[in-house]
Amino acid sequence: MEDSIRQAGDQMTEEDIPGTEEGPRRGLSQGIEVGAAADPIGGIDPWSGEKVFELEDVTVSYGGVPAVKGVSMGIQRNEITALIGPSGCGKSTLLRCLNRMNDLIPSASVDGSILYHGQDLYGPRVDPVQVRKMIGMVFQKPNPFPKSIYDNIAFGPRVLGLDDVEERVETALRGAALWDEVKDRLDDNAYGMSGGQQQRLCIARTMAVDPEVILMDEPCSALDPISTGKIEDLMLELKEQFSIVIVTHNMQQAARVSDKTAFLIVRLDATENNRWGELV
Amino acid sequence: MDSTGLTGDLEGAGRKPAISLEAPSPRYGEKAIKGLLAVCALLSVVTTTAIVVSLLIPTLDFLARVPIGDFLFGTSWAPTFTPASFGVLPILVGTLSTSLWGMLVAVPIGLASAIFLSEYASPRVRKVIKPILEVLAGIPTVAIGIFGLVFLSPLIEKVLPFMVNVPPFSAGVAGIAIGLMIVPIIASISDDSMRSVPSGLREAAYGLGSTKMKVATRVVFPAAISGIIASLVLAGSRAVGETMIVLLVAGASPNLTFDPGSSVQTMTAFIGTTATGDISTGTITYDTIFAVGALLFVITLVLNMFAIRMVRKYREVYE
Repeated sequence: MEDSIRQAGDQMTEEDIPGTEEGPRRGLSQGIEVGAAADPIGGIDPWSGEKVFELEDVTVSYGGVPAVKGVSMGIQRNEITALIGPSGCGKSTLLRCLNRMNDLIPSASVDGSILYHGQDLYGPRVDPVQVRKMIGMVFQKPNPFPKSIYDNIAFGPRVLGLDDVEERVETALRGAALWDEVKDRLDDNAYGMSGGQQQRLCIARTMAVDPEVILMDEPCSALDPISTGKIEDLMLELKEQFSIVIVTHNMQQAARVSDKTAFLIVRLDATENNRWGELV
Repeated sequence: MDSTGLTGDLEGAGRKPAISLEAPSPRYGEKAIKGLLAVCALLSVVTTTAIVVSLLIPTLDFLARVPIGDFLFGTSWAPTFTPASFGVLPILVGTLSTSLWGMLVAVPIGLASAIFLSEYASPRVRKVIKPILEVLAGIPTVAIGIFGLVFLSPLIEKVLPFMVNVPPFSAGVAGIAIGLMIVPIIASISDDSMRSVPSGLREAAYGLGSTKMKVATRVVFPAAISGIIASLVLAGSRAVGETMIVLLVAGASPNLTFDPGSSVQTMTAFIGTTATGDISTGTITYDTIFAVGALLFVITLVLNMFAIRMVRKYREVYE
């Protein structure tokens, strides 16, 4: 199953590299720019290698009102792609489209196409639950379950009926550089951990079900600089194993961790993706 | 800016008063309100104490005449007959039986409704169903009792084989009617409790590839368990204390049995039928009513304490 997806993905990259010349074109006709002060910065380097996601003219609306408009971009395998931009420009909205998390909001609708390894993520036969098994997510606010540290990590493998739960827990905790800190108190409640530890626990929890992509929605915004540093180091290690898409409004963070950066700005009440086909 | 008082005080001594940090006038209203609130809070404590005391005195009179062992473990209940017997077990079991059948009906239905309302129902559906549920919770129990008597009993006699040849009064039908009465309590409170679980926990579970059912049962339900248990306790107390339904539907014969097809008398039904106003104080019948009332009180108290312990043990504290 997975192999066939990969293959399809390979074919896709051969044929179709989304045009970089499509620059800012939509939304301008809508009138005055509200957040116009933001100069488009950041760039995206040449599209070599395998693409995980391809977004083509993606528009996300809540109850008919577009939150993100006409975004076209690609996200590559084993890289960290950052989405940056001012508040309210729809970074998180866009991110949540990538594992169909927006399905949980009844009024949200997605137009345009999002391909995951060449498969339409919003195809009629696609099961969002299946999608989220492969595309995990880490949220803005650390949200461990009110259970023990062990049960938090074991939750995913148990729900998915995976075997070797114990082994997965240890691997995930080691992977998130948390093992040494918590190995003696696995049965303690996760809420007894510090905010930074909780967030790394959430990352470990996501890793425990072996996703291919990890989406991170401002994972450090609630954390102090030291915890932030740890998570950034962790991300750099994790990209060997996973593809990561991170939303941040911290430019420095994007510069520190990302291989590619997409910059979203606010236009009127809609948003535009400005892409420059340049090397970072 | 000169008028800030501070500068005035510094420059011309006594020309302007310094900033006053004292209240312009004493706040009597504040104290009055505080007192009023305290009185209201105390009132319920006082009432509870008064109830306990008023139960206790006749109960002690009763126990002076009837040995406590005969009362608690006797299997024959005929306090108004001669010779009278005061074994409370038949009506105690009657209460437990109707409550048990009621809970057996209400817990699955109530919890399923709560999960549906909180996790599955669209806001529109919820907006319709929730108020209906709450109205249902407010239906006078005498109406539910009559519904049980004239509708449920005949229906069940037809549908269920084990009820055949049973008079229209039975513990089982009373249980179903009680169940109908407490479903809204369980559903409504559990729903509130589940909805107050932070959405971040749901998202986390969805993000791991959980299905809706897994999210509801493995994350939301355990996180809301303290509220859910509270709803069950409240429902259980209502079931144990329910009088009108059992009076109408369960019959009046104190049979020591859990058989749902049998007619039973509950403790509340005994009190309801016996305390009719023409019993004089000081008689053994009068004291019996209070003894039964006191026992009922103890049962619900124990239930509540047990529930609090359960909540403490299984509660998942978030944030």
